[in-house]
Amino acid sequence: MTDQQAVRALTRRQLLARASAAGATLVVGAGFVAAPDAAWALETTALKPETFATLVQMARDIYPHDRVGTEYYAVAVKGYDSAEAAPMVEAGVAALDAAARGHGFASYLGTGWESDRVAILRGIEDSPFFQTVRGGLVTGLYNQKALWPLFGYEGESYSKGGYLHRGFDDIAWL
Amino acid sequence: MAAKFDKTDDSVVVIIGTGAGGGVLANELAQKGVKVVALEAGGRYLPEDYINDEWESFGQLAWTDPRTTSGDWRVARDFPALPAWIVKAVGGTTTHWAGASLRFQDHEWKGKTTYGPVQGANLLDWPIDAAEMEPWYDLAEKKLGVTRTNGLPGLPGNNNYKVFEAGALALGYKEVSTGRMAINSVERDGRVSCQQTGFCFQGCKWGAKWSSAYTDIPRGEETGNLEVRDRSHAARILHDATGKVTGVEYFDAEGTLQMQKARIVCVAGNSFESPRLLLNSASSMFPDGLANSSGQVGRNYMRHMTGSVYATFEKPVRMWRGTTMAGIIRDEARHDPSRGFVGGYEFETLSLGLPFMAAFLDPGGWGREFTSALDAYETMAGMWIVGEDMPQETNRVTLNHDVTDQHGLPVVDVHFDDHPNDRAMRAHAYAQGRAIYEAVGATRTFPTPPYPSTHNLGTNRMSENPRDGVVNRWGQTHDVSNLFVSDGSQFTTGAAENPTLTIVALAIRQADHIAREMSARTI
Repeated sequence: MTDQQAVRALTRRQLLARASAAGATLVVGAGFVAAPDAAWALETTALKPETFATLVQMARDIYPHDRVGTEYYAVAVKGYDSAEAAPMVEAGVAALDAAARGHGFASYLGTGWESDRVAILRGIEDSPFFQTVRGGLVTGLYNQKALWPLFGYEGESYSKGGYLHRGFDDIAWL
Repeated sequence: MAAKFDKTDDSVVVIIGTGAGGGVLANELAQKGVKVVALEAGGRYLPEDYINDEWESFGQLAWTDPRTTSGDWRVARDFPALPAWIVKAVGGTTTHWAGASLRFQDHEWKGKTTYGPVQGANLLDWPIDAAEMEPWYDLAEKKLGVTRTNGLPGLPGNNNYKVFEAGALALGYKEVSTGRMAINSVERDGRVSCQQTGFCFQGCKWGAKWSSAYTDIPRGEETGNLEVRDRSHAARILHDATGKVTGVEYFDAEGTLQMQKARIVCVAGNSFESPRLLLNSASSMFPDGLANSSGQVGRNYMRHMTGSVYATFEKPVRMWRGTTMAGIIRDEARHDPSRGFVGGYEFETLSLGLPFMAAFLDPGGWGREFTSALDAYETMAGMWIVGEDMPQETNRVTLNHDVTDQHGLPVVDVHFDDHPNDRAMRAHAYAQGRAIYEAVGATRTFPTPPYPSTHNLGTNRMSENPRDGVVNRWGQTHDVSNLFVSDGSQFTTGAAENPTLTIVALAIRQADHIAREMSARTI
């Protein structure tokens, strides 16, 4: 089962009660976050769901791709939901929320607009927490094979015999 | 049938490393009847094992043992633990290389004479020249099956090349082609021709690209004169009271320290591991490391002046399809100080898959400036720039005694500062690269900083005078007559060309010399 399938395996029925908006995700009671349209959901074990929701929003704000669904960002940061990583992430998100309050917002997720969140992130971009999350996303996000077609990237071609007879030189607009 | 030699057999030549230098040397000596034990730190992988997935392949092949960095080069900031992108496997970095096979230009053998005094540079002429190297280049081109030599056709150009070529011609460049590549353009030497699959850097699954892993190594083994011990990490070269080397201590696959006796030792572990081994072999007789009476071991580290230019266009290019390094522009490779720098550089197409593009396009970059570039990935074309960098004494590989590897050996620290000549050349190349793409309608261009080094050169450099370098014209160390250096670390200067063909030519020549001297009993 791929990460995406695991995320999607939970059904809408599991999500709906007591959901509250948290940026790009909903916090659905204890231990659950979900897409606002209930297209996917994820159970958190070590992190507070609000923390995880903040992390997902932060991931999208660092590497925003408007055609990439939030579940890919959730998958990219899912590894932080562990007993080992939780203290670092909880502290980092607490600092992020504190930075948001310094900008006059209740929390990072309380901002509303991307431009406000980006301004907050610019203020902490040299922090180890930001750099850890950003660095992890480089592989955590872009190495998800399911996401490659959204960028047109075709991945390996050996199994199809390469591109010798499949368009290695098919450019027509030059 | 691969040989099996006793560890106490002191008649063998021990070669450390099996890439373009060591792998070729091992086969060439074996073909001449010389008994060889090749120690390779990495495992053995063949085309069926290669993985066409960038990060997974990196995990399989790359040398990721700890290293540290210092200096003002951007690699030290972006990839502080990964100064080089080279391979730890039988075949070494010939599994990863792109295949560009260029001879040095004649004047590049004489950098000091040609360029004159360059402040801060430790330039030196090679003790050999183009005329001397010509027959060895001939043999190297035949071995590698280099396109556009010996009647072999050039490779066809892919989409990335077509954009590059159109821009180059629009700018008035003349020396534009799909280059001289050690990638079969026709079936040859028992290997198929290029299937335009991409992933040249991850090991060619067709075996169309030359690699010592599946050519020279098995051929050497077939002679019965070559034993390759993989997962055998050289730790120290031993010597006797007369100062001759006598054997090599290495950690075997189980991590147990072994010792192979030797008549001759040849070091070919790339420009970090070769000086590291010499420095780690310090003794009471050689307190500064083996073969280091000049103090030049580890110094004059060169990595080529590099950088990349990527560009986005209105319509798809799909640069990842086909040969990764699919073409070259050579017009700027000349020495022409009127451009504001000495030496020259090449443009060569390059592509990265989406995962590596995310990692390398602008390391550390984030936000929409970064992601909007990746959103246009399908419309991107890309090129690499590779030029001669200045040797500097202070650019050097040293032992970092504060950090040890899995065997407890001190790792290397790689210190590099760009020379003003390197910066001037890079600025020129970025501007020309941008102009090439703008000439064919680029909507946006990106000056991508250097990747972790793939061309690692010069840390045991060749010199006429023993005071100026580590090895003589044969790659034989000035200090120890039965100790040789057989890889790119012996480069006196880097020239503008991708180094593998020259490493191979030097290895063929060195094998000829060693075999002759062994017969004459002078070594």
